[in-house]
Amino acid sequence: MSYLYYPGCSLTGTAREYDMSTRAVMDAMGVPLTELEEWTCCGASAAEACSDLLSLALPAINLAIAEGLDAQQDIMIPCSACYLNLKKAAETMRQDPFTRDRVNTVLAENDLTVKGTAKVRHLLDVLATDLGADAIRERASVDLSHLTIAPYYGCQCLRPYPVFDDPEEPRSMEPLIQATGAQIHPWQMGAKCCGASHMNTKMAVALELVHAILQAARGADAIVTVCPMCQMNLEAYQDKIARRYGHASDVTILYLPQLIGMALGLSDDALGLPLNLALSDHFRNKCKSAVNA
Amino acid sequence: MKTTAAPPTRQDWENSAPEALHAIQEKIQACIQCGTCTASCPNEFAMDLTPRRLWRMVLMGETEGIFTSQTFTLCSACYSCALRCPRGLPLTAAMHDLKQMAFRGHMARYKPSTAFYGHFMNTIRRHGRIRETEFISRYFLTMTPRKPMLPLSYTGLGFKLFRKGKMAIEYPFAAPGKRSLEKIFKKAESMEASA
Repeated sequence: MSYLYYPGCSLTGTAREYDMSTRAVMDAMGVPLTELEEWTCCGASAAEACSDLLSLALPAINLAIAEGLDAQQDIMIPCSACYLNLKKAAETMRQDPFTRDRVNTVLAENDLTVKGTAKVRHLLDVLATDLGADAIRERASVDLSHLTIAPYYGCQCLRPYPVFDDPEEPRSMEPLIQATGAQIHPWQMGAKCCGASHMNTKMAVALELVHAILQAARGADAIVTVCPMCQMNLEAYQDKIARRYGHASDVTILYLPQLIGMALGLSDDALGLPLNLALSDHFRNKCKSAVNA
Repeated sequence: MKTTAAPPTRQDWENSAPEALHAIQEKIQACIQCGTCTASCPNEFAMDLTPRRLWRMVLMGETEGIFTSQTFTLCSACYSCALRCPRGLPLTAAMHDLKQMAFRGHMARYKPSTAFYGHFMNTIRRHGRIRETEFISRYFLTMTPRKPMLPLSYTGLGFKLFRKGKMAIEYPFAAPGKRSLEKIFKKAESMEASA
């Protein structure tokens, strides 16, 4: 088991701890990752709002680089938006020869050709399907049974391609979380939208959606995410939400591999925990007292 | 987005609108107006037209009504409507088509969204990957005449991100990087302009 790794732009900047914890957990599990050389931006949610052709050509550049390599490995992607863009491009290239020709005319400018044979996988899919909860349980050295975790999936790892989970009522994170010893917070918000880039263009709308998610997480010690956009929306605007809605909503927000890494006994620094924007005192104290107990 | 030729005029846009709308009509022709899209939409509470009504207006070719509404800019691409549509219509893709029409139309009422996406695209065109600081600074500069207080909503967060080393000022600020996608963008633009 080994993968080509496409980190995507967020994981080199605002979501560095997602990159660090993904690499650290995969390393601890003995799964080699090879970063795709000279990868470029997938177009995020911007390309599809500007140009159909670029919304396929930008991710296809990366598919073409991967397909040109000798070893044909699955491409593993932690960011849900990158995942969907590359996945959509791969599916379209395979199924639609007319569009593939058009994209290849564009890619020829950089001496690249895409076929659509590359297999695109989300990190959660790899963790849940290939690695499995048992492998994590076997290697877990720190018991997290004092924690209750709300699994948050967001949208684009689930929809429109229901590859590894139910797109409306996802459960794939639950065995992974339970493998760390933690309990599952029962809630209905796991597959609800966080507002995505509305936080920049229509803030009031995004705050409303995030507020509902944070409220539903009351009683949980943390929400875990599998997308840098979801993570940022849930963790970075809690003060604003508290002021706007008149009640405190400080909820710890972690990336899934950070939680798994804690159970594997990896250090806070290795998991990038000092970089998180919302780690509540409640959460820190609870983790500390569990270690000392 | 930057264009090499003269930018399209309002008249150009109006001339091309029926054809662009026709392509969307073909995608959603089988709509039965059941409203499942509206019921599934997380942003519907903020929309001036419900998604169901919007699709009806698209099918009726009511360009003016569609492009005075903010509804399609409020689509956050969660794909709930497309997943649940009983006719299996690609509704999220159709929302993207409307966003692209608005982007090409340079209409002031869509500036908060189109400037955001446009600056994002121009940044990756230069550097191949996003540079948050450059992208957000340019976006704020564009928006300042309309919303002078906008950057203040993000100042606290910006400081936090800089302090944690999650954002940085990267030089050269605007020179094409070694991963420049200029040729790719130029080619795609010329193909879409002649389509």
